[in-house]
Amino acid sequence: MASVQPIRAAHPETVSLQSHAMDNLKFIRETMESAASFTAVPGWGGFAMGVSALAASVIAAFQSSRETWLGIWLVEGVFAIALGALAMTRKANRAQVPLMSAPARKFVLSFAPPLLVGALLTLVLYRAGLTGAIPGTWLLLYGTGVVTGGAFSVRVVPVMGLCFMFIGAVALFCPLSWGNGFLAVGFGGLHLVFGTIIARRYGG
Amino acid sequence: MDKTAGGRVRVVVGSNSVPDLDRLIHERMRLGIVSALAANESLTFNELKKLLKTTDGNLSVHARKLEEANYIGCAKSFEGRMPKTEYRLTEAGRKALEKYLNHMEALIHAMREL
Repeated sequence: MASVQPIRAAHPETVSLQSHAMDNLKFIRETMESAASFTAVPGWGGFAMGVSALAASVIAAFQSSRETWLGIWLVEGVFAIALGALAMTRKANRAQVPLMSAPARKFVLSFAPPLLVGALLTLVLYRAGLTGAIPGTWLLLYGTGVVTGGAFSVRVVPVMGLCFMFIGAVALFCPLSWGNGFLAVGFGGLHLVFGTIIARRYGG
Repeated sequence: MDKTAGGRVRVVVGSNSVPDLDRLIHERMRLGIVSALAANESLTFNELKKLLKTTDGNLSVHARKLEEANYIGCAKSFEGRMPKTEYRLTEAGRKALEKYLNHMEALIHAMREL
């Protein structure tokens, strides 16, 4: 902590008292942060994201043009991220954590970069006419975000991320026409399964 | 930085800007329990044990002290055949933590002004 020190040397006893107080505050903050990020990932939010992804995959499967197919999944992506953010905020508010900003910031900082990369690559792949490679890329990068963002969370969260990465990797080496199916299994299925586990074990 | 064993703080007598320390949550393990529960609606015994990196015996002794003071509440249930103990912070516990936090802040401010 940056602080301006008085020029006059403080009494040694008061210095140690102050450092103890700071030490205590630091301990409380760290405990709250690790406890909060421990269970901050919303289970029911994940479940809802899974339901919306399954719905999107059904609608997207009936699209004849690549553009509308991509459009539907992009809308679903934005919707699902909003859903997840809302669920996370509600779970944090329910716990009434005034010091919530630090773990939330940590999560966003590690979760957002892979998503941004995904958005950029989507544009690049689309312009190169490689729409078929988009599902695998999305799953892979979303999984990366979940693994890094959930590194300090309960173990089930990074495990979910690894499953996403695995499905994404498989999708990249399978026939391009299976892409929609992989998205349904990943964003739909994995979210449903892990969302339920997290919600039942870690309070919502 | 000089640290007294157990992280205890000696309160300066006669410093009227600082009220009496709440000894009950001043102890590290109990402060940890209360802080962890402040960040979660509820935590099970095993989750607390993992979070605070402690033993069964140590955690249950300190949790009982907090329970007796009505700072935390405890609900026992069964998950299948496994007994499950769930702790949550009471209103009194939340107030005690807030007071303790204010206390620490006051200490730091008081020292700065010297």
